Amino acid sequence: MTVTALLFASYADVLQRESVDITLPNGSTVSDVVAHVRAMPGGGILPPSPLVAVNQEYARPDVVLASGDEVAIIPPVAGG
Amino acid sequence: MRSAIVDDVIDVETLLAEVERDSNGATVLFVGTVRDQNNGHRVTGIEYACYTPMATRELSSICTEASERFATLDIVVEHRTGHLFVGEASVAIAVAHARRASAYEASRYIIEQVKRRLPIWKREEYTDGTREWVDPTAVVVVGPES
Repeated sequence: MTVTALLFASYADVLQRESVDITLPNGSTVSDVVAHVRAMPGGGILPPSPLVAVNQEYARPDVVLASGDEVAIIPPVAGG
Repeated sequence: MRSAIVDDVIDVETLLAEVERDSNGATVLFVGTVRDQNNGHRVTGIEYACYTPMATRELSSICTEASERFATLDIVVEHRTGHLFVGEASVAIAVAHARRASAYEASRYIIEQVKRRLPIWKREEYTDGTREWVDPTAVVVVGPES
């Protein structure tokens, strides 16, 4: 299955992209996406367990993903 | 009740007008603005980046929660994105209620949840021409201002 990881702010700057399509085995989780991105050049900027949203809702690391899911890796937020 | 992520100047008078109701005895307006310094750096402006579809949903959820917790429908919130100069409003929260205590508490609830949950990031721009993403979770040692 393929999911799309979205990157923002400092993460997007360091990884030099705002999104990346990732192909993973069925049954993969949020953690698997994070591990994949952390293994990319510059991926070390991500903490081991960053905030993640799946299809625009915050999600735990063990959430199982479906093909086509949008997995946003959220840097520390700074609204207001 | 209304909330929005906007990319233009926030008109607080419009927000206040939207929460007007004869049964309300208190209106609280919170306005967050870009300040000219942070952690010892002189700031000239801030670029706000946003995961807009999620931020729109999350802000709406926060307003619904506040409405249910504090029993008022008279809540309007706007958060601005894009480039802002010092002194410009980045967020405005208008809450009206029959009683002032609930109006204050609802306003405080909303801004604290915004800071905790809204997928928005800010890159500060400094007088020396550098810029930097703000990480509120970072440990900052504040030195004397030069």
